[in-house]
Amino acid sequence: MNFFILTLIKVAVVAFVLLTTLAYLQWIERKVIAHVQLRVGPYRVGPHGLLQPLADVVKLITKEGMMPSHVNKVFYLMAPFVAVTLALISIAVIPFGPEITIGPVTTWMQLTDLRIGILFVLAISSIGVYGVALGGWASNNKYSLLGGLRSSAQMISYELPLAIAVAAPLLLANTLSFREMVNYQSGYWLGFIPRWNVIPEILGFVVFMIASFAETNRVPFDLPEAENELVAGFHTEYSSMTFAAFFMAEYSNMVTVTAVATLLFLGGWQPPFPAPYSDVVPILVFALSGVIAIYHGLNPARRMDKFTLPATGLVFLGIAAIFGLSLFVPVLKTILMALFWFCGKVLILLFVFIWVRATLPRFRYDQLMRFAWIFLFPLAMINLLATSLIVALTTK
Amino acid sequence: MTAVIFLIFAAIAVFCGISLVVQTHPIASALSLVGVMGSLAVLYLLLGGEFIAAAQLIVYAGAIMVLFVFVIMLLNSGAETPTFQTSTFVKYLGIVLLVAFLGLISFIIQAALPKTEGVVFGGFQGTAADVGRKLFTSYLLPFEVTSVLILIALVGAIVLARKEI
Repeated sequence: MNFFILTLIKVAVVAFVLLTTLAYLQWIERKVIAHVQLRVGPYRVGPHGLLQPLADVVKLITKEGMMPSHVNKVFYLMAPFVAVTLALISIAVIPFGPEITIGPVTTWMQLTDLRIGILFVLAISSIGVYGVALGGWASNNKYSLLGGLRSSAQMISYELPLAIAVAAPLLLANTLSFREMVNYQSGYWLGFIPRWNVIPEILGFVVFMIASFAETNRVPFDLPEAENELVAGFHTEYSSMTFAAFFMAEYSNMVTVTAVATLLFLGGWQPPFPAPYSDVVPILVFALSGVIAIYHGLNPARRMDKFTLPATGLVFLGIAAIFGLSLFVPVLKTILMALFWFCGKVLILLFVFIWVRATLPRFRYDQLMRFAWIFLFPLAMINLLATSLIVALTTK
Repeated sequence: MTAVIFLIFAAIAVFCGISLVVQTHPIASALSLVGVMGSLAVLYLLLGGEFIAAAQLIVYAGAIMVLFVFVIMLLNSGAETPTFQTSTFVKYLGIVLLVAFLGLISFIIQAALPKTEGVVFGGFQGTAADVGRKLFTSYLLPFEVTSVLILIALVGAIVLARKEI
């Protein structure tokens, strides 16, 4: 098939899935935080609030866009645009699975593979600061300006440990391409321990995750938008779609960062168990969820559960059946298995992001800076030096 | 295809370069410089220097210019006020003369340079690994000397900026 048509199809699929994920990630976040705090979260729009993201999108689009007087118009409008564009672009180099062949077409489950894919993501994330900094500055508001300043200082500081933590697995795999990175992590030590980078690089993984919390402006590093001191920080003066753009950028950055962590440290789409066992895991997971949902539907705690839970259970059982069926169709199996493990790991990391937001308090500003420069940066450096020493000693 | 992309980004680079000088507000100038860096990165990419392109974005656009913007925002400096008045006629005359001057200079340089083969798109086959190998073998001494120089500058900046005890 024509290269351009194939690429267009892939771009359309990835863009649609990514944007839907972003909308529903917000629903998941509200639900998880609500359950941590013993609330139910969004519940009114659709069953269990499932249509809430749609309602939010309609609300944000139809809302009046306010532009305060005395803002710097060009930069005020440019900032959310820059933020969201740069946040969405990184997905182009993220691979979701191995090379697949559907009929006559052979393609990778990835939009494009750069030889410098990892550097590309780092470059895009380092430019992403401009959106936040400009938004804060152009709003002509002291709280916004403080938020913008804080975020630029914070993102510059945490970029260092982040980049150094990324360098250690690169040394091990000796490549800058995501595909080769994942291929390097295939196979098992002693036949059952996955050869993921997270095992030799556990320190690097922890540093990477902490730094990525700061890079995405999430709790406990969400100083740029600390409500109790800065109203809403850099996006105080933004409303309707311009606000939505900043919001989307934050969630999109979260998805990118977790996907990169999965690819660099958690073996991408490589399953954690050797082949014949790992094929059964998705079937078991979905079938068990289905059975549990149906069981709770038969003993409903609330009136609506009588219908919603069995329906959800049947959907889960259906997915389990599809996975079971795919065992006999090799093409489908490759796609589904890769997607299951990749998305599973990304979702677990996203859950950690949300979990941390629900449980940890915010840092003070001086603590934030001291933590980055006195603790995180030396730790990342030691990890890199130790890794390079081991690599130098083991390779001939 | 590559030629079209080259022309587009070369035009953007020149436009941002002019905008850098013409803008009165420091933030606008700084952002124009970011535009120049970004388009230069695309030009490096077209020539095949993918590592240089990424380094350009990470180091210049992503680190140095962010610090520039940060400092400008911190000092909150306003738009520059023109210190002298010029008539419109002089401005337009200046543009014409400038174009003529630049054309003359480029013509002289082109005539003076020996005829060589032009640069081709994608002609530079240097991967990140090649750059690294060269840096740590053939150019080890300049590399180390530069890093020591930067270290000295860093220490000097801290010594000069620190409060008197």
